[in-house]
Amino acid sequence: MGFLDLEGVRKVYGANTVVRNFNLSIQRGEFISFLGPSGCGKTTTLRMIAGFEIPSAGTIRIDGRDVTELKPNQRNVGMVFQSYALFPNLTVAENVAFGLKVARRPKDEIARRVAEMLAIVKLPELGDRYPYQLSGGQQQRVALARALAVKPTVLLLDEPLSALDAKIRISLREEIRSLQRELDITTVYVTHDQEEALSMSDRIVVMSDGRVEQIGTPFEVYNYPATRFVASFVGTLNILDARIVDPASGRVVIDGQEVIAGRGVNGAGVGEVRPMALRPEAITLDGGNGDRNRMQGTIEEVAFLGAVVRIRVRFGENAVLLDTFNNPGVAPPPRGSRAEVSFGRDDLLLLQDSAAD
Amino acid sequence: MSREAELAVVAPVARSGGRRSWAWLGITPFFLFTVLFLILPTLDLVVGAFQTPDGSFTLDNIARLNQPTIVSAYWISIQVSVASALLGALAGFVIAYAVVLGKLPRPLRPFVTTFSGVASQFAGIPLAFAFLATLGPTGLVTALLDQYAGINLRALGFNLLSFWGLTITYLYFQIPLMVLILMPALDGLRKEWREAAAILGATPWQYWRHVAFPVLWPSLLGATILLFANAFGAVATAYALTGSSLNIVPILLYAQIRGDVLHDPHLGYALALGMILITGLANVGYIWLRQRGERWIK
Amino acid sequence: MKTSRLGPWLIILLGAIYFIVPLIATFEFSLRKRRGEYSFDAYRWVFADNRFIESFSYSTFVALVTILVGVVLVVPAAYAVRVRMPRLRPVVEFVTLLPLVIPPIIIVFGYLRLYNSSSWLPMTSSPRATDLLLVFAYATLALPYMYRAVDTGMRSIDARTLTEAAQSLGAGWLTIMLRVILPNVRVALLSGAFLTFAIVIGEFTMASLLDRPAFGPYMQNIGANRAYEPSALAIIAFVVTWACMGLIQLLGRGRRQSVAAA
Ligand SMILES: Nc1ncnc2c1ncn2[C@@H]1O[C@H](COP(=O)(O)OP(=O)(O)OP(=O)(O)O)[C@@H](O)[C@H]1O
Ligand SMILES: [Mg+2]
Repeated sequence: MGFLDLEGVRKVYGANTVVRNFNLSIQRGEFISFLGPSGCGKTTTLRMIAGFEIPSAGTIRIDGRDVTELKPNQRNVGMVFQSYALFPNLTVAENVAFGLKVARRPKDEIARRVAEMLAIVKLPELGDRYPYQLSGGQQQRVALARALAVKPTVLLLDEPLSALDAKIRISLREEIRSLQRELDITTVYVTHDQEEALSMSDRIVVMSDGRVEQIGTPFEVYNYPATRFVASFVGTLNILDARIVDPASGRVVIDGQEVIAGRGVNGAGVGEVRPMALRPEAITLDGGNGDRNRMQGTIEEVAFLGAVVRIRVRFGENAVLLDTFNNPGVAPPPRGSRAEVSFGRDDLLLLQDSAAD
Repeated sequence: MSREAELAVVAPVARSGGRRSWAWLGITPFFLFTVLFLILPTLDLVVGAFQTPDGSFTLDNIARLNQPTIVSAYWISIQVSVASALLGALAGFVIAYAVVLGKLPRPLRPFVTTFSGVASQFAGIPLAFAFLATLGPTGLVTALLDQYAGINLRALGFNLLSFWGLTITYLYFQIPLMVLILMPALDGLRKEWREAAAILGATPWQYWRHVAFPVLWPSLLGATILLFANAFGAVATAYALTGSSLNIVPILLYAQIRGDVLHDPHLGYALALGMILITGLANVGYIWLRQRGERWIK
Repeated sequence: MKTSRLGPWLIILLGAIYFIVPLIATFEFSLRKRRGEYSFDAYRWVFADNRFIESFSYSTFVALVTILVGVVLVVPAAYAVRVRMPRLRPVVEFVTLLPLVIPPIIIVFGYLRLYNSSSWLPMTSSPRATDLLLVFAYATLALPYMYRAVDTGMRSIDARTLTEAAQSLGAGWLTIMLRVILPNVRVALLSGAFLTFAIVIGEFTMASLLDRPAFGPYMQNIGANRAYEPSALAIIAFVVTWACMGLIQLLGRGRRQSVAAA
C-alpha cells in the first residue's frame, strides 16, 4: 500500500462515465503526473483526491486513512489551480497566511511561516502587494506558497503553468520540482503537456477517455508505450500497420517489405494486421551497420527545424518521420528522391489495444 | 490668392480642429441638459433654503424645520427607508444567492431576472393598489387569514398605513432591485476561491467572512445606499396608500408643493435641502466606507 | 448533496409567495366588481373610461418623446466619451448616476422654482411648454438606464475600432453616427427605450406636480374614488411593465444568438 491510494475509483455524471476504474498507488514523496488530452478526466480525478467531487465508486486513502467521503477542509491536502485563485481582497502575505489563520495558529508563528514561505518561492519583498499587482508567474508562486504553508500531506496541481508564457513555464517547472524534492512532498500534477510530464515526474499516468492507459516512469512511457494511444500521445511516434508473418521470430511485412520486430509480436496471429510503433530518433537515413531493419522509400517532406531536420519517408500506405541532426556540410536530400532508411530491430514495438474497462 | 489655394490652406486646419469639435458637439447637449434640468434645479432649491422671500440670506428656514411634525416626518422616513433598504438588501442577497449559487435548475435564472426587472419597476400607484387588495382592510390575504387561520391582522395592530405596512410594500420593489444588482456580483465570485479556501481548511463560514463577503462588500453597500435613496424619495406609493395622512417627508413636501398644507415655499426648500442632505450624506458615507475597505481594487 | 438544495428552494418558494400573492390578490380583487360572482366589469369600466384612454395615450406620447430626447442626448455623449474623450468618463458617469440619488420630487420642485411663469425661462406658463418640461423631467429619470444601456452597447461593438475603420474609408462623423454606430447599438437602444417606457408610463410625482393629465395621476384619482377599478389598473400596469421587460429579455437573447452565429 502506498501513501496515496486510489482503488477502483470511478466518477459518473448522469449517463457519462468520466473516470473508469482508476487504480493507482503513490509512494510518499513521489511526483506523479496525470497526462492526457482535454476532457479525459484528469481534473475530475484530481478533484476527487481533493474532495471537491465524491467518487461514484471506489476508495481513496491518504496515509492509510480512508478519505473518500471526507470534506476538502478536513483532508489537509494542498492545491494549486490553473487560474491561481488568489483571494483578490487579501495581500500576498495574507493569502499565504490564510490556511494558518483559519486554523487559528498563533500570530507570531503565522508571521514566521509566511516569511519563510515567501522566501522559499523567492518573493520575500512582495508580502504587502495585492494579487492584481503581480505578474502571472508571481501569482502562481504565491499560490504555491499558500498551498504549502499549511504543510499539506499531499500537493495537487491542476495545470498550474498553462496560463503562463513559455519561458516562465520552463523556469517555474524546474522550481516546482526542486521545491517538491526539498520538501519531499507527495505530489500529483495534472498536465496535457507531455514535455512537462516527462521532465518533472517520477511516474506518469497516461489517461484517455477516463481510462488509465499506462502508468510508468518517463523512460518507460516514452520508450515502451503500452498502447497505441500512449504511443501517439507521448512524443511524435510513427505508427505503422504491419502484417504478421511469423509471430515466433517477429517477422512482419510493412508495405511489402519484410522487417523483424526484435522484441517479438507475442499475442498476434499470423496474417493479422497490427499497429507497430517506431520512434523518429531511432531511424537513420542510411543503411547503417549490422543487424538492422532496412526499408526503401521516397522522401516526401523535409522540414528544417534548426538543430534537427525532420524528414518524412513514404513506403507505400505507411510513412515515417525521422530526425537527423543538421550538418552544415551536407544538404538534406531533395524531395522526391529515393532513400534507404534503417532502424534497430528492438525499436519496432507491437502496440496493445487500449485497456478494457 | 486663388480660391483653390485658399481652400488648401484652410482645409487641413478645419479637419484637425473638426475632430475635436464634433466630439464636443456630441457632449455639449448632454452637459447643457443635465446642468439645466438636473443640477441647477437642485442647487437652486439649496440656495432657496437659505433665502428669505425677498432674497436675502437667512438660516430661519432651516431653524423652522425643528417642529415636531417635521422632525417626526424625517424620523419616520429615515426609519422606513433604512428598514426597507436593510431588509431588501438581506432578502435580495438571499434570493440572489439561491439563484446564482444554489444549484437550482438553469431556466429559473432568466425568469428571476425578468421578474425582478418588472417588479423593481412596478412601483408607484399600482403597487399601492396591489397591496391594498392584498393586505388592506378588505384585502384577500387579510380576509383569508381571518377566515381560515383565525388571525385578525387589524386586531393584531397591523395597518397597511403604518411603518411596517409601508416597509412591506416598499420591499416589493426593493428586493428585486437588490437581486438585479447582486446577481452579477455573485457571478463574480470565482468557484476557485471557495475551493481554495476549503482546501486550506476553511469552513464555508470562514470563506464568506474572509473572502466572499469582503469581495461583495462594495456592491452590497452601494446597492443598499441605492435602495435607501429609492425609498427615501418615493412619493407615489405612500401617497396612493394613505393620501396625505402618513407623515413622511416626501409626502409632506408633496403636500407643501401642492399648496395643501404649509403654503410656505421657503420652508419647502428647507425640507428639500434636508432630503438632499440625507441622501447626499448616505453617499458620502458610502464613498468613505468603500475607500477604507477597498485598497485591493485597481 | 441533495439536501443542500433544500435551502435555496425554500428561499425561492418564500420569495415566490411574497411576490406572487399580491398579484393574485389584486387580480382577484379586480374581478369582484359584480356582486356575488367574478367578472371583468372593472376592466370594462376602465377601458370605457375616456380619461383612461386620454391619459394613457398622453403618457404613451410623452414616453415616446422622452425616448427620442434620451437617445439624442445620450448616444452622442456616450459615443464621444468612449471614442474621443475617455478622460471625461468619470464626470459623465457621475452625472448619469445623480438621478438615482436625487429624488424625483426634488428635481420637479426645482423646476417649479427655476422655470415658473415669472422666471427667465417660463416653461410652466403654457401647457405645451409644461409638456416639454415633463419630457425633460422624465429624460433625467431615464438617464441612468439609457446611458448604461447605450454605453454597454458601445463597449460590446468596440465603437472606437469601428470608427477608425469607417474613417479610413473616408466617412464623415455624421455618416459614422447614422450609418455605423446607431445601427450597431440598436438593440441596446431598444432595451433602454423599453425601460424608459416602463418608468414613464405610470409615473405619478412629476406629472402630478406639473399638473399634466398623465396616466399616473389618473390612476391616483381612480384610486381615491373607486373600489375595484384600481386593482384592474394595477393589473394593466403590471402587464405593460411585464411586456416592456419581456421585450428587453427577448432582444438580449436575439443579440446573443446573432453574436454566436457570427
Ligand atoms: N460537473 C460535471 N458534470 C458533467 N460532466 C462533467 C462535469 N465535470 C466534468 N465533466 C466532464 O467530464 C469529462 C472530464 O473532465 P475533466 O475536467 O476531468 O477533463 P480534463 O482531463 O481535466 O480536461 P482538460 O485538460 O480540458 O482540463 C469532460 O468530458 C467533462 O465534460
Ligand atoms: Mg482539467
